[in-house]
Amino acid sequence: MASRQVVMRAKYKNSVRDPGIQGVLIMMEDKISFTPDDPTSSVRVNIEVKSIKSLKFSKEGSQRALLNLILDPDIKEGGCIFEFEKFSDRDVCRDFVSRVLAKLQALQSSVKDSKTVSERPVDEQLSTAEMRHRMKLLQENIELQKLHKQFVISGVLTEAEFWATRKELLAVHASKTPKQRVGFKSAMIADVRPLTDGRSNLVTFNLTPEIIHQIFAEKPAVHKAYLSFVPRKMSEMDFWKKYCRAEYLHKTKNAVAAAAEAADDEELAVFLKHDEILASEARRKLRRVDPTLDMEADQGDDYMHLPDHGIFRDGSKETIDTEYDEYKRTLAQNLNRHAAVVLEGRALDVELGDTQTVAEALFRYKQSELATETSDENSTQERLERLSRMTEIEDLQDSHNLPFAPLCIKDPREYFDSQQANAVKALGDTEIGTKPVNCVLSTQQAYGSLKIIISEIKENGFSYPIVKPDVALKVLNGLTQHLSSTKHHLGKSPQDTVLDRLPQRTREELLHHWACIQELLKHFWSSYPITTKSLHTKVSRVKDALSEIYPKLQGIKESAQSDFRHQVSLLVQPMLQALDAAFAHYDAEMQKRPGKSAERPNGYA
Amino acid sequence: MASVPSKLYSDDVSLLVVLIDTNPFFWGGVNTTNASSSLSFSTFIAHVLSFINSILLLNQLSQVVVIATGVNSCNYIYDSSSQTVTENSENGIIPARSSQILRKLEEFVSADEQLSKDLSQARVFSLLSGSLSLALCYIQRVFRTGSLHPQPRILCLQGSPDGPEQYVAVMNAIFSAQRSMVPIDSCVIGSQHSAFLQQASYITAGVYLKPQHLDGLFQYLSTVFATDLLSRSVLELPKPAGVDFRASCFCHKKTIDMGYICSVCLSIFCKHHKKCSTCGSVFGEAHPEVTSTSDKKRKTPMA
Repeated sequence: MASRQVVMRAKYKNSVRDPGIQGVLIMMEDKISFTPDDPTSSVRVNIEVKSIKSLKFSKEGSQRALLNLILDPDIKEGGCIFEFEKFSDRDVCRDFVSRVLAKLQALQSSVKDSKTVSERPVDEQLSTAEMRHRMKLLQENIELQKLHKQFVISGVLTEAEFWATRKELLAVHASKTPKQRVGFKSAMIADVRPLTDGRSNLVTFNLTPEIIHQIFAEKPAVHKAYLSFVPRKMSEMDFWKKYCRAEYLHKTKNAVAAAAEAADDEELAVFLKHDEILASEARRKLRRVDPTLDMEADQGDDYMHLPDHGIFRDGSKETIDTEYDEYKRTLAQNLNRHAAVVLEGRALDVELGDTQTVAEALFRYKQSELATETSDENSTQERLERLSRMTEIEDLQDSHNLPFAPLCIKDPREYFDSQQANAVKALGDTEIGTKPVNCVLSTQQAYGSLKIIISEIKENGFSYPIVKPDVALKVLNGLTQHLSSTKHHLGKSPQDTVLDRLPQRTREELLHHWACIQELLKHFWSSYPITTKSLHTKVSRVKDALSEIYPKLQGIKESAQSDFRHQVSLLVQPMLQALDAAFAHYDAEMQKRPGKSAERPNGYA
Repeated sequence: MASVPSKLYSDDVSLLVVLIDTNPFFWGGVNTTNASSSLSFSTFIAHVLSFINSILLLNQLSQVVVIATGVNSCNYIYDSSSQTVTENSENGIIPARSSQILRKLEEFVSADEQLSKDLSQARVFSLLSGSLSLALCYIQRVFRTGSLHPQPRILCLQGSPDGPEQYVAVMNAIFSAQRSMVPIDSCVIGSQHSAFLQQASYITAGVYLKPQHLDGLFQYLSTVFATDLLSRSVLELPKPAGVDFRASCFCHKKTIDMGYICSVCLSIFCKHHKKCSTCGSVFGEAHPEVTSTSDKKRKTPMA
């Protein structure tokens, strides 16, 4: 692979006679820079590759190994001359620059052309992103690039016409979503464990803005409490202290203690009790579940019956006291709530940090979400309809048969006739297969003779030998010959195609021509019927391009070696036929045209 | 003999369904014209019975079903899986299996004749669609017995010409065979090629062959058509030069590259019609300019 960068010692000169400054020349794909050895020197050269117009170089064997980059006169008159110590060094640089230039020009020409083209029709205002995407497609697909170069750049097709047939390629790109958003961490905040230092009874909780956001999202009650308490009733610090206290109580699994504390402090109770908002939300969601879904069906799931889903818990601490039930939270509840929030994703675009703004933004978001939900009130109606539809008893319903018109084919023989002639012709048999069999016989005679034959066989047995050896040999030879001849014509195995046996060049030419013809014919036929002037010019342009391919195909056919000539002509034949069909149609249309335009003098063509 | 419960079907065990053309008009015509290249029914039956025997000898698990294609009916003649070889041959001249087939064949021909009494004389085409359907039904039943079954294929021995009015039924049978991956081999013993069978073999990847030396039919059958599906991947079998799928229009029977197609019944026309002549669908006017009468008038003198 060619290197992406070339570093070479060279002298930079303003003119050929200039003694020059010794330095290092670094060539990259997009720019060329020269740094002199002497750091005090003011000479710094930075050349963008796209400003290079052309390059000159001294002949090998001349006095000095020079490379002259002729730049865009707007940037710098004359050029930048570099002198190398050896010709081989110069050649490396020269080759690199010319390669980079060629690449750039290929890109530019397609862009430039498409730009000039896109200026012509008014509706073709392409965004740069679109442009870039098209260029990317061309770069990725060499076949497409070839076609594009051949037809669009030579002016046979316009850029718009070329891409109009490839909308699906462009559409794929458009559907790509640009950015991925970061959601909540899937780790549970329950893992933010209180830190104890082991000496004192001090318990430390560590809350970051990220965690606070997550708490708000997972526990609407905390969120609501924050909005109503802070800062009117208590400071943010106090609020979180209370929250942590509640969390700590939960952690210790001491429902009795929690109940006692909640009774003393009503704010603390908010954190300790079950989240009412969550519960109502869950109920609302439950109402929206498909009524035909049997949610009790999977209650027998064994997994559910295990306490805390198999995670070890000290059973002695679990009191089965309904009185304190509301102060208990199970792991399953936490887990489910967390999972729901993670799946919902982060909807806020607010910078995390200030708790108040986050809380408010979340509140606004919830409000708007609620609004949209309540707006589809008719969903209840829909739900009821669905329910009645699902519970209806099939036997009592009308048949749901859609009205249809039976297909009535008057005469199926027509289908046979439309295919039969060609099918039989292909076998080199002119006899038509439907020639009625000997009808001289009456039904009785015919059946009679058949029955006589059968009873004769039964009486006399078969004549042995069943098949005479010489006939069998003849058959075997015939079959073998037939097989070897078809093998010769059609290739050894069905997998390898005729194309594989052609010389590489012929093969590529054929494939390329076929691609060209297909592209052009697609445009040709899609232009009919000609209703506008532009279609008319397009057809004549395409037709001219097609007629240019015609002699080329003939050329391939004639230049093929005698071994392959037959196969090549077989391959070329359908192409020529397709072209002929197009030409015939074109000519027929042209002959019709003058009369028509005379009939419609107002230039309707 | 009931089928062995623990049958071990390997890849090369075949279920061969042979369709025999018993069109009396075809065989009668062959007898009277007595052309050198034609085949008499007795020779034909002798060769086919020998072929069936050889198939059963190739692998003891192989199964052969024979279906007779008559003019008025079709029926199963023989099934090697439900065969009872207790009785000996009737006169010792013909082996038991052959005599059983012959007896059934005779019964079938008589039954077919009974049906023809009240039918018009003009129908002389064999019911290929019927026998193909019987064969496919049999094969479907075998498919449904479980995952282990012999590899099925159909061999059509057709002499009489194609019946154009069976087109839809035959094509349906062919496509159904294609769907269930059942190759249809065809051996044309009549004087003309068969467009039906040519298509059938092409579509289902079977072998189409029209033997040149009909007196060596057995050799053709055993060389080409005895090949089981597994061996076909390694053996060279006669290949068709290709089928010309270009259609000709229903109205003038000329081969066309572009035309109008009825969206309901797929009939092909070389020019726009107001109504489909095959199914009666009424077409909307898509391009009033193209179909305007003034255009057509001007086109005719040119052509």
